[in-house]
This record gives sequence, C-alpha cells and structure tokens, in this order.
Amino acid sequence: MNARAELPLHAPGATTDKGYIGQSVPRPNARRLLQGRGAYVDDLRFARLAHVVFFRSPYAHARLKRLDLSKAARQPGVIAAFDGRAVAEYCKPWVGVLGHLKGIKSPPQFAIAIERACCQGEAVAAVVAETRAQGEDALQHVEADWEELPVVTDMEEALAGKVVIHADLGDNVCFTRGLDTGGVDEAFAKADVIVEETYEFGRHTGVTLEGRSILADYNAAEHTLTVYHSTQAPHMMQDVFSRHLGIPEANVRVICKDVGGSFGIKVHVYPDEMATAAISVMLRRPVKFIADRLESFLTDIHAREHKARVRIACTREGEILAFDLWDLTAIGPYSVYPRTSGIEGNQVVNLTGGPYKHQQYRAQMNVVFTNKNVTCQYRAVGHPIAVALTEGIVDLAAEKLGIDPAEFRRKNLIPDSAYPYTFPSGIKFEKLSHHQSLDRLLELMSYKELREEQRALRDKSIYRGIGLAAMIEVTNPSPAFYGVGGARISAQDGATLRLEPTGMVTCIASVTEQGQGTEGAMAQIAASAVGVALDKVRVITGDTGVTPYGGGTWASRGAGIGGEAVLQAGRALRSNILEVAAHILHADRAELDIVGGEVVNRLTLESRLPLVELGRVAYFRPDTLPLKFQSELTVTRHYTPREYGFTFTNGIQACLVEVDVETGFVKLLKHWCVEDCGTIINPMLVDEQIRGGVVQGIGAALYEECLYSAEGQLLNGSLADYLVPMSAEMPDIIVAHIETPPRQSDLGAKGAGEAGTAGAPGAVMNAINDALRPFKARVAAQPFTPQRVLQALGKV
Amino acid sequence: MDDTLPTTLIVNGERVTRNVAARQHLSDFLRDELGLTGSHTACEHGVCGACTVRVDGAIVRGCLMLAVQANGRKVDTIEGLSDSGEIADLQEAFHRRNALQCGFCTPGMLMAAQDLLTSQPEATREEVREHLSGNLCRCTGYQAIVDAVEDVLGSRRRGRK
Repeated sequence: MNARAELPLHAPGATTDKGYIGQSVPRPNARRLLQGRGAYVDDLRFARLAHVVFFRSPYAHARLKRLDLSKAARQPGVIAAFDGRAVAEYCKPWVGVLGHLKGIKSPPQFAIAIERACCQGEAVAAVVAETRAQGEDALQHVEADWEELPVVTDMEEALAGKVVIHADLGDNVCFTRGLDTGGVDEAFAKADVIVEETYEFGRHTGVTLEGRSILADYNAAEHTLTVYHSTQAPHMMQDVFSRHLGIPEANVRVICKDVGGSFGIKVHVYPDEMATAAISVMLRRPVKFIADRLESFLTDIHAREHKARVRIACTREGEILAFDLWDLTAIGPYSVYPRTSGIEGNQVVNLTGGPYKHQQYRAQMNVVFTNKNVTCQYRAVGHPIAVALTEGIVDLAAEKLGIDPAEFRRKNLIPDSAYPYTFPSGIKFEKLSHHQSLDRLLELMSYKELREEQRALRDKSIYRGIGLAAMIEVTNPSPAFYGVGGARISAQDGATLRLEPTGMVTCIASVTEQGQGTEGAMAQIAASAVGVALDKVRVITGDTGVTPYGGGTWASRGAGIGGEAVLQAGRALRSNILEVAAHILHADRAELDIVGGEVVNRLTLESRLPLVELGRVAYFRPDTLPLKFQSELTVTRHYTPREYGFTFTNGIQACLVEVDVETGFVKLLKHWCVEDCGTIINPMLVDEQIRGGVVQGIGAALYEECLYSAEGQLLNGSLADYLVPMSAEMPDIIVAHIETPPRQSDLGAKGAGEAGTAGAPGAVMNAINDALRPFKARVAAQPFTPQRVLQALGKV
Repeated sequence: MDDTLPTTLIVNGERVTRNVAARQHLSDFLRDELGLTGSHTACEHGVCGACTVRVDGAIVRGCLMLAVQANGRKVDTIEGLSDSGEIADLQEAFHRRNALQCGFCTPGMLMAAQDLLTSQPEATREEVREHLSGNLCRCTGYQAIVDAVEDVLGSRRRGRK
C-alpha cells in the first residue's frame, strides 16, 4: 500500500513513497545566483537612499572626553552626524543575558557607545551622507579626544580581576557554570592511567563573503519600518527592532532576500545595524549600512578563544572512567544580545566527552570580559572545542595505554543499542549510531592499509599522520535553547502551502535561505507531500510580512523543524485537494491519490483529473460544487520539537596529513566524514554543507586567528593578513552517511550544517600529533601554524 | 575629491559614456553607475576575487582597477557572459554539481573558471585548484566547484574532437 500521506517516512514496514526526498536534485534558486542576478542587500536600489558610516574607537578601552562632529557635518554630501546620545533617544540599549544561564551578567549596550569605548572598533559616532565615499571622507573630520583606560586582553588576567572593565558589575566574570556527578575523585583514585593536557583555541571569525548588510526604510506617514536585512532570523529581528525602536511589531517588516553567507555571524544584534535602523527613523528616509571587510574583521562576532584543561581517568584495559574539565573563555566587553555569549562555554560543558560511556564527569567553566571584540555563536558553537579537547585527550590516553586509537574509541563509544541515553552532563540522546559510523569510516578510509602505508613511509622520513574525531552535535533545538531563558526567539516554525489555479504549489516557509539550499529542500518536501513535480513548486522565504512566524536558520534547524512543517502542510493540502476532487468526480475520496500533478485512481494510477482543472473549478467555478462545501486550498502547519531538548546527531571524521618536519608545514592529503543526520532530503546539498563545514573547521585548525596586541589592537584585520582556506590547499573530502531518523517527527531529519566544522579541528590536530609521534612532540594550541609545529619539534 | 573624467567603454558589448570620479574603482562603477550588480565587492583589497571581471579578454579584480583606466576598453561582466551563452555549459555544470551555496563568490568564480577553460584546456584537477585559488568561497569547501570545472574541461575537450 502506498502510505505516502499518512505515515512517518521512516515508519517500519511501510512501503513509503518518499518522492523527491533523498534525491540529489539541483536547487532551482541557484540559477539567478549563477547569472549574477540575485538580490543581496547592496544590490537594491532606492530613491533618496542615504549611506551611514561609523566613527569607531581606535583604542581598546578609552573614555571619550570630547567629540566634535560639526566639521564632519559640513563636508560635501553629508546629511547628518550623530553621537551616541542622539541615537539613544530613538533606540533603547539592551543587555545580553538569559534567565536560564543562572547568574549571567552584562552591562547595557547602546547602538552607539556613549562616553566610553570598550573595544577597538566600537562605534561612537555615525555620519550619514549621500554616498558611502562622501561619508568616509567626512569621517576624517570627526574630532575626538580620548583618555586611554587600562586594558584587559588576557583571559587569565581578566579572571584574576585586577583591572575590572565594568566597575558596576564588580568583576570581569560574565558567567560561570559548574557540573559534578559526584564520583570523579573516586574514579581518578582507582584509575590505572590518568592523562591531562591543556588545549588552546584561537579567536577566529566567520568571514561571510558578503559583509553584514542592512537597509532600513522608515515611512513616517505610516510609522512603519521596512528593513532589508542580510540575516538568519527575520522574526527575531522584527521583534528586536520593534522593542528597541518603539515601533509596534505589526509596523515592522524584515525582508531577507539573498544572503551572502551567514554561518552564525548574521543572527546577532549588532550596534551599528541598530543605529542604521534608528537613523532611518530619525531622518525619515532609507539608510544603508554595508560593513566593509575591515569593519567585518573588527566588529563581526568572533568566536572560540578558549583555554581548556582536561584530565581523564582510564583502566588498564582502556575503559574511560571519568572526565574532568576546566574551561576559560573570553567574550569581549559585552555579552551579545539576545542569545548571549555564555552559550559557547555552556556547550563545551554539555558536550565534552559526549560520545563516550563513562559515568563520572566534572566541569568548571568561566566566561570573562576582555577589551577585544565580542564573541558569540559562530557555526558549531562550542562543538569544535569540545570535540578537539575530548578527542585529543582520548588519543593521548590510547597512546599511553598502547591501544590503537580506533580500537580505543570502539571500547568507549556509547553502544548503538543503549538508547535512549542520558549523558552525565544531563543531555539526552534519542538514538545515535557511533559504532556503525566508526565501522563505516574505517572501511571508507581503508584504515588498516593507511596505517601500513604510514609505517612504511616513516622509514623513508615521510611523516604522515591519521587523526580521528568522534562527535555529537546539537540540532533541531527545542525552546530549551533560548525561549525558556526569556529570549523572544521562536523554536517553532511554520509553512503555508497553497494550490494555485494553475496547479502550481506555492510554499511559504519561515525558515530562511542562506545558500545552504533551504528553499530547494523545502520544494522537494512540498512536491513529495502534495504529489506534484518539483518544478511545480515555488518557495518563498525571508519576509516577516508574508511567511508564518518562525525562528529562521541557526543551530542546524532548517530541515528538521522547517521541513517537518512543510511536510505536514503538504499532507494537509493534499488531503484538501482530494476532497475537492472527490466532489468534482463524484468519487470516494479514499479511492483517489495525487501523482505527478494529477488526481489519479489510487490503485490503478489511472489519471482522473489534472490539478490545473481542479484549480480552475475550485477558484473560478465553485458554483459547480456542493452548496455546503468550501474548498480550502491554502493550509498552514507548524512544528516544534519538544520531546527532547535537542535532537542530537553523531558522526566521526578522519584526517590524513603529511607534516614537513623541517618547515613545520602541514599538508592535508585527505579528509573523511561519516555522519548521521537522519533522513537525508538531498544528499548533494548535505554533502556540500558537510564539506564546506569541514573546510571552515580546517581553517580554524590551521590558518585562522584574530590576532590582538597586548593593547587590544587587532593585528590582522584584512583578508591579506587573516588566512582562510583557498582551493589549492584543500583536500578532497569523502562524505558518507548513516541514517537514523528521530521518531519525534514524521520527516525524521536532523541537522547537518555544523557537523563538518564541529569535528574537523579535532581530526586535524590528532593527525598532526600522530605524524609527530616519532619525535614525541605534540601540538595543542590552534591554529597549528608552521611556527607552532616547529616549536613542538624544538626547532625554533 | 570627486574630480571626474569623461570615460567611454564597451560593457557587455554596449558603448557607455559617463563622467567618472577619478577615484572610483571599476566594481563600484559597474554596480553603482551601470546597475550591473552581478560583480560583488567583498574585500575591496584584491584578495577574495568576488569582483572578478574581464577587461579586454583578461580577468582582473574590479576593485583594483579604476573605472577611468577602463576608458576605451572592453569590459565583460557575469551578466554579459550569461546573456551571450558563452558560459552556459559552465553554469549548467555548477548548477548540476551544486557548486555554489550563497552565490556571492559565484560570478567571480565563473570568470576565473572560464579563464582557465580557455587558457588551459588540458588542466589537471590540481591545476584547477591552483587556478581558482585566488577566489574565496566560504560555503562549499571547493570540491563541487573543482568537480564542475573538471566536467566542463572534459565536455569541451570532447566537443572539440
């Protein structure tokens, strides 16, 4: 029996027709991008558009003794110049705290700082001009007298608190969390082997190719604000603009057209963007701000910057008994609104040791303020840290015990039969597939042969290393992530599906497109659920004036949450279409189905009525339908995951490198990733997401770091100085999947977008350390630059 | 600051004449004066390649060339290459391989790829990676792009035989 419309896609025993789900079809919306005919914010053209530029603090911490904007305001093309007080009259400050992160604190943050700048790049004035170039010319005429204040850039000094950045807060501690299962000391006391290592993680950033972009257009007559925004979360921003600018939410519309990369960078509230919206209100005209590359490096959120000491206790046989973690992270002078900067550290505590079955775990984590740019949630939040330190220490234990790293993992990974499972940190796993994934990986990479090759090459002084990194990953977050803490960030998403008179299906979804293929995936689900060809579906996203309310795209939630809403809406629409068909055909509804855009006989598949004819009747000749019957060919459905706080996925990566022990250069030879994101909607899109994520993780491991001087000056704020992975250095990346769909949803999709970034740094680190093993050298501070490799080898 | 110079150039086969600010770079000119927004500016210091266009047949960084320097020259942008059909096979291969995600690097990447396809029709996979290494893609991890270019190298080779 064809069970497409009624059962979960993963229902046992059902011969479910999955339609386009699972097919590698190209995504329709890529065509415009391939012709350069997309619509990024900077591509939009508006009459009377003004451009805003910002005068930013050159100091990491300084009091603004005098600010004179009068000369700047008289420059050619300048429309206005504002300081922080003027903008604050239109835009209320915010505080980046959440109720469920107990004790988290942060000072109020203004759209434009008043009197004091707490990091280099913090804006203290805005100049608005007819062109961007005129605005930048005028910036040269802003006069500012500064009094430099003591600067805290080192995490440990910040924690010690000799200099306190925000006197009102008492110390530099933003947030702290401890966790203790109670038996850790006992486990260490009875351990045969204890290993300990300290890992350091450099600050890096997302480097979206399109800088942050916003165009705010205030209509004074209607008291409405329309914001064209390169964002991941249009409804969240609608709420933020409304509350902080004092405009009723119904009067705020956020439109998100094409987005040139986001990766978590574009899901936060940025002061300069809030100022842009406020200035549009103040000037009653459209105002645009596009962050240039130098501003992006200075002010886009940074991430990571952790120092973590981890110890594990093992038996002689290689069983892990306990993890003991101490983690310190620095977030800049403010906790970022509204998601806070406490989440990354919190995730490190939640996830460390996550793939393994030990029962004892203790963690202490501190989040401190410093006078550098803010950090917040960037792709894979906390995972790259938790995975690297877990997998690094696991490898070290295996080495000490003389057990092969793959074998050591096999001994300790949570068994595939153990689910549902609660990890000592409290997180719950519905169903994971660590052992299947490990087996698949070892087979995929020909592990044994690679080890033999490695041994043979060592004899020729060629030092190759193989690194493994198992991981778990948070996806499809429930309200437990933000909502319970008081953030007005939607955990549910919705989809509206409409049958058009032409037989086309319009799908309007609240999850957003950032290039990952959301619209393509939603089209595949909609087409499959209704029963039409893929090219008969049009998808609309990214407009709070049009779509159902939803959270948007972050935390790997688009497919799993937004996709389920589309599936349910599609099934409901299909059912409603069949009701209309039953009336038109005077047939029993149960005898009918929809296949290929036609109503057919369910058993014989004989064509009974094309949807274009059904549409004609329903919309233009409903007089021919029974008097009491009203067709409903537009339906909306929503979905919220609630059974579990998060739908965890799992996976494992491997990396093969060759280290030149004379120069310290690391050459990536190959990378593998096996991961389990449940039902795969489009394998090609998922694989490219994974590969892109892996490459961002490789960037973190080998190249990327926002370097600051002791005075808090960013030393490498350009693409010439900040290294990102380019095509020539990147290896081919082999991706494979295990499919374990969660039972919570009918679609059974989990997230896939962050897995690559989560696991790659740990795999690269372990591969380098494996290559360096003959020299008894190890690296543990990312990025693993040639200099650090040579230092480890004792050569510099 | 905004001294202008009369500038005439052929853009995608059309002659255009404008008084151009001497300091305006070619990318801003194409985008702001002509509305050809397919060429993107992402770093504006010549590293990322998003603004790559063709001037007299050679690929250049639009952000490193002043618009007035293009006086009397032929400029081709992604819009022109799309409409002429010159890279239709390449665009099709990118589409089929999902060799783009956000699409911001794509016009520049296509320009660089077409340059390789015409100048090194026998390029190896490694040479493809090398040739595209001046174009930053932050989304794909490059593999699909390399695959797509290899596909077209093959199909054009077969077409010539």
